[in-house]
Amino acid sequence: MFRSLLFIPGNNPSMLQNADVFLADAVIIDLEDAISIKEKDNARNLVHNYLTTSSVLPKQIVLRINSIDTVWYKKDLDLLKTNKINYLLIPKADSKTIIEVNEYLDTLFSNNNLDEIKLIALVETARGITEIDKFAENKRLCAILLGAEDLTNDLEIKRSETNQEIFYARSKVIFACATNKLISIDTPFTNINDIVGLEKDSAFSKSLGMKARACIHPNQLEIVNRIYSPSNEDINWALEVFKAHQANPNVGAFQLKGKMIDKPIIERAKKIIEKAKLFNLM
Amino acid sequence: MKGTAGSKESNDCLITIESSVERKIEINSIVGVFFYDQILKVVEDTLDEQELYNVKVIVEDKGALDYTIKSRLLTAIERMREDV
Repeated sequence: MFRSLLFIPGNNPSMLQNADVFLADAVIIDLEDAISIKEKDNARNLVHNYLTTSSVLPKQIVLRINSIDTVWYKKDLDLLKTNKINYLLIPKADSKTIIEVNEYLDTLFSNNNLDEIKLIALVETARGITEIDKFAENKRLCAILLGAEDLTNDLEIKRSETNQEIFYARSKVIFACATNKLISIDTPFTNINDIVGLEKDSAFSKSLGMKARACIHPNQLEIVNRIYSPSNEDINWALEVFKAHQANPNVGAFQLKGKMIDKPIIERAKKIIEKAKLFNLM
Repeated sequence: MKGTAGSKESNDCLITIESSVERKIEINSIVGVFFYDQILKVVEDTLDEQELYNVKVIVEDKGALDYTIKSRLLTAIERMREDV
């Protein structure tokens, strides 16, 4: 489970050696867009030695590999042999991409006796959005991250401060994730100096149903963690509901402070409590 | 044959390796007073692992950790081997 995931360029020693101290629930070590073509080998070697020799690593590590139509992607996947990577972030995800990566992973795992791994689909093309319901059912998938920069580029439209142009894409990601019990992760907020804008947009994203957000700067983490955590008000409400339900476990529906409480609301309260415990909020 | 990898950014190092009649290692480090021997050992161990004896290595270090020095050297070696 995540609230925040921080992108770190795979070729940046300063960021890597501090990766475990950031407030992110997970770090995304990036071998793709943050690394120039000439530095792909340098980044992969650095990440390999970092993962295999560092005594302290972040609690959850995501590796963004290069896309499957490049010469680097299979070499990137060799880093799984370190057994230090928790999730793979698959760029330009669509049905074909997810199938091909899965087939390659099946072979890699059986030939090398490696631990299984979960995938995060990075949906950043029109095709990815169109096909999302098909590949969201994939067994290895645990989350979908919306990549709005590439998506709006694919659509030949500009990003705006209101983000109204990505409303449909956000909704598609949220519904596909809710249907398949995956974590929906929102696109990064790219203006790292606009903290007010980040807070406002993240609150809106959460209200739509996004469960987490990718970040591109450590200064975004505190706000993103706060917004995507259950609030104190939510936690107190959930505890009241849970206690009332425990007092009357055989009653299907009951009233609490004048409001009807039934199974879906009890389930929601349980999810809030589970999240609050996981993120040490109670 | 020559290969270079890394940068002069903080916590990184720039490593150059080229063919030579014997092994020569030159280390210029901002933390050389304290860590010269440790950096030298990382370089020598990595060259031994790669069975490279007739090379000249120049390390321009800006406070890189051991794994950074090793990975930059390995990339420089790969690039030297491709530089034919």
